[in-house]
Amino acid sequence: MRYAAPTTIKEAAGLLAKAKGSTFVLAGGTDLLVRMKGGFVEPDLVVDVKRIPALQTVTKSATGFRIGAAVPCAALGENTALKKAWPGVVEAANLIGSDQIQSRCTVAGNLCNASPAADSVPAMVAAGAKAVIVGPKGRRTVPVEDVPAGPGKTTLKKGEIVEAITLPKPAPKSGDAYLRFIPRTEMDIAVVSAGVCLTLGPKGVVKKARVALGAVGPTVLLVPAATDAIVGTTLDDEALAKLAAACEAACKPIDDKRGTIEFRTEVAGVLARRAARIAYQRAGGE
Amino acid sequence: MMSGVHVSTTINGDAVEYVCHPRETLLEVLRNRLGLTGAKEGCGTGDCGACSVTLDGRVVCSCLVLGAEAEGRSVGTIEGLSTDGQLHPLQTQFIKNAALQCGVCTPGFLVAAKALLDRNADPTEEEIRYALAGNLCRCTGYDKIVRAVSAAAKDVRKHQR
Repeated sequence: MRYAAPTTIKEAAGLLAKAKGSTFVLAGGTDLLVRMKGGFVEPDLVVDVKRIPALQTVTKSATGFRIGAAVPCAALGENTALKKAWPGVVEAANLIGSDQIQSRCTVAGNLCNASPAADSVPAMVAAGAKAVIVGPKGRRTVPVEDVPAGPGKTTLKKGEIVEAITLPKPAPKSGDAYLRFIPRTEMDIAVVSAGVCLTLGPKGVVKKARVALGAVGPTVLLVPAATDAIVGTTLDDEALAKLAAACEAACKPIDDKRGTIEFRTEVAGVLARRAARIAYQRAGGE
Repeated sequence: MMSGVHVSTTINGDAVEYVCHPRETLLEVLRNRLGLTGAKEGCGTGDCGACSVTLDGRVVCSCLVLGAEAEGRSVGTIEGLSTDGQLHPLQTQFIKNAALQCGVCTPGFLVAAKALLDRNADPTEEEIRYALAGNLCRCTGYDKIVRAVSAAAKDVRKHQR
């Protein structure tokens, strides 16, 4: 195995594009090193992106936030402006693993690891986050939901690296939230999860909504029918029941030791409802 | 033949140089090349925290860090917790409160607890339990550990005054 720690994104993408054999990007390493240890992957080249200055910072601009791909999730929780703007995304990112893992893990890595149960991903999908991808053909920006292709698989092409995740500036009267179900209080993988982002119009009526579910399909699912269920309502009990039904209908989970199909499906509706209530309150609704 | 990576880093305040294999972990480097055997390998997959060290001030599992990644960084291990032969209040309180039995998890708990007290010298019981959630102990049932950290926090605050 070769280890490279380039200092520019161009150099990093070039190394990956040219390399033969099995190549991996190393950000926090909290997934990659575990897979190496378990013998699931045998990299010929590991490209550490933590030495690239532009990937190490969170920046705020007039259009929103840019989270460098090497920024550990712990740093997101320490960023007051980001937490205020996107509390759901930051809470989701901070749920990943222990303090030890938080010091290393990144939202870009969480996205590219492509686990359907990745905590930060439903929250980012709901928030309308985008992935900035650099490759041999230059830069492209895609919605984060377009990156995972299935468990452990992404749509990234050879030589491509996620350089940053961008979040828009939150619209006035909007709020987001993320909830997951685990059988304990910390250090576990989501059995089911839900991320919701709402924007309110006059009189507390939901104007825009994005609802995403985790661990109930091969990738995190954006649920357009859930949007339809609550837009134009004040998130009353009837709207919440419709939201839950839309989420249940979108679920296509597996049965495994952590949860059955029936359990995951029902809990997806429950979590979406609860997350929607929190997002609604954060948006200033009653 | 292995192609070694030459690394210059700082460990417990001292400049250290080593050559390691590209896929060797920081834990392996500390234990096998540098003789710093305080950090232990429990699970090797970032679940148990027995290998906890600090990297540029943040607590990490050294089994999930490559030795090569330490280039130019500052590493803190359990060996650096006491100063001039004086135990850190955490170490004193772990002994006083019998917060260890077999001792394999103890260095990791101490490093993680030190990281907590460095950013919050007055943690609640809940904050202590969350901060130590990445450290597993199969002997004590955690209660004595939480009490020891709480007592050490009090000592640290007294010292700061």
